[in-house]
Amino acid sequence: MHERRGMTHIGQRVVVEREHLPNLMTALRAEGHRLIGPTVRDGAIVHAEIQGVEDLPAGWTSEQEAGTYRLRRRDDGALFGYAAGPQSWKQSFFAPAARLWHGRFEGGNSLVLEEDRAPPRLALVGARACDLSALAIHDRIFLGERHVDPDYAARRRGTFVVAVQCGTPGGTCFCASMGTGPRARYGFDLALTELLEGRHRFVVEAGSEAGAALLGRVRHAPADEGEARDADAVVEAAAGRMGRALRAEGVRDALLRNLEHPRWEEVAGRCLACANCTLVCPTCFCATVEDTTDLAGVEAERVRCWDSCFTLDHSHLHGGPVRTSIKSRYRQWLTHKVAWWIDQFGMSGCVGCGRCITWCPVGIDLTEEVAAIRAGTEPKEVH
Amino acid sequence: MSRRRPRLAVWKFASCDGCQLSLLDCEDELLEIAAAVEIAYFKEATSTALRGKYDLSLVEGSVSSRKDAERIVAVRRASRRLVPIGACATAGGIQALRNFCRVEGFLSLVYARPEHIDALATSTAIADHVPVDFELRGCPIDKRQLLEVISAFLNGRRPAVAAHSVCLECKRRLHVCVMVAHGTPCMGPVTHAGCGALCPHHHRGCYGCYGPMETPLNAPSLSRAFVQLGCGEADLVAAFRSFNAGAPAFRAEGEAHDRED
Repeated sequence: MHERRGMTHIGQRVVVEREHLPNLMTALRAEGHRLIGPTVRDGAIVHAEIQGVEDLPAGWTSEQEAGTYRLRRRDDGALFGYAAGPQSWKQSFFAPAARLWHGRFEGGNSLVLEEDRAPPRLALVGARACDLSALAIHDRIFLGERHVDPDYAARRRGTFVVAVQCGTPGGTCFCASMGTGPRARYGFDLALTELLEGRHRFVVEAGSEAGAALLGRVRHAPADEGEARDADAVVEAAAGRMGRALRAEGVRDALLRNLEHPRWEEVAGRCLACANCTLVCPTCFCATVEDTTDLAGVEAERVRCWDSCFTLDHSHLHGGPVRTSIKSRYRQWLTHKVAWWIDQFGMSGCVGCGRCITWCPVGIDLTEEVAAIRAGTEPKEVH
Repeated sequence: MSRRRPRLAVWKFASCDGCQLSLLDCEDELLEIAAAVEIAYFKEATSTALRGKYDLSLVEGSVSSRKDAERIVAVRRASRRLVPIGACATAGGIQALRNFCRVEGFLSLVYARPEHIDALATSTAIADHVPVDFELRGCPIDKRQLLEVISAFLNGRRPAVAAHSVCLECKRRLHVCVMVAHGTPCMGPVTHAGCGALCPHHHRGCYGCYGPMETPLNAPSLSRAFVQLGCGEADLVAAFRSFNAGAPAFRAEGEAHDRED
């Protein structure tokens, strides 16, 4: 029997029927959240504001390989049956462009004016384990102990996260290698597992008090043993269907021992230095600031926008850029992502979402590059 | 303000006038510009021409005749700062297509009395003839970027005009990549930013109107990707030989695929 308003608690798993999922969205909106979720636009599943379940990519999936992405029809009505798309959640918090301050000359004085920061409270619908790992990395960077970024903090405040346990990894996914997925274990208020066999329904786990409270307002029933088992099986199967793998163990030392490996030159022959990998990466956080004035020289503003270590200006110091070759830029990116990041933040900067592989116009594959650099340069293992 | 307004000149060489029109298109800002500078020479806008020195000269068009080549030296001499604007002025423009052919052949085909035509064998950028202070790219230029260049000049700062790929602008605007998701060849990965990813916004591949991005530019790799998407050699030549055919990086890639050369 369905309970209408039963109390739930953290860690408890319940079942919400497909037909009752709209109530979850309605409840989130009633709490004042703006829903950001997956929706089909321009031949891809993007993240955008959604009104409810009707905007989700029902029956759509994606086919991904290095340098290609195609939307495909599924033969069922799955709402979350796709792998990571061109966008990550980073755009919601680390904005592509944000004004840091503006100011003006007035009566002989220069005034610096505070930005009015009142962004809407967001509810992320459909975040995957890889996404949550990436968010945790950004929280560390932007909200970390010493330096809090006010713009990120304002946008991130009060976010409600509806995670979806991954059942459909893509051809470029390798979160299982990075230990970041496919099961979401933290960072969510609710985690859904979509069950498509038999009745279309969701096993829902509350990950926070807020999640448990919200679930209390959605029609649900306790998950029986079979349903709990089926939900676990979805994620276990996903772990076995990763399109890519990366040997993460020892990768830091392997790369840093090989800074002059010939592979860097080889990959530079393919790399366009176009910066797409860094822009789609959910953890890349490089930015530049642009200072501008108006014609009269009265108004000025400073805008921070997404930048990339692949641009020439990124390494511009006094006298000129220090990374003039593509080789040096690719090496900087990859060694920072999977090696120096560990020294800097105590974790890898790669969550295994595969976006940099799919969205590279020439299909450069990070897992392949790491494997090529490791091959033949490591002490042989004795079995 | 009591300081003398800087004197602005806008010069035309071999061009279609579209970039000068971008300045006149600044309708909302036009009065502000006129208040900030003295428009001393701008034939497209006013027949009044003030002689003397100019603080900022914007130069549209390429050097296409002997007369042009002499005139640009005089313009440079009369200008404190000189900024070529647009693909003609920065790369020779669409008329630089003649750099790949014999110009006499065209002349006899087009003109009844070709002996009256004084055309150089090549159409070249302003910077090939005189030193320049900055180059503003585009076919046509973007009016916001033009305003930024003028503002930067007036306020003594570096223009906030990035030289990286169009892809950064495209991704900042959250567009879906037309090359990866649709299989549409797109020049964006090797093209200088500035347009705001206009064509990808309309689900078209970038045409490369802003010319080659900053160095190094890996055009051969993009060409190989275009071939994977079904392009032939002629398509590659066409992709790199358009408004910026004369820009060195695009010229080299076009030549690499032009088998008849």
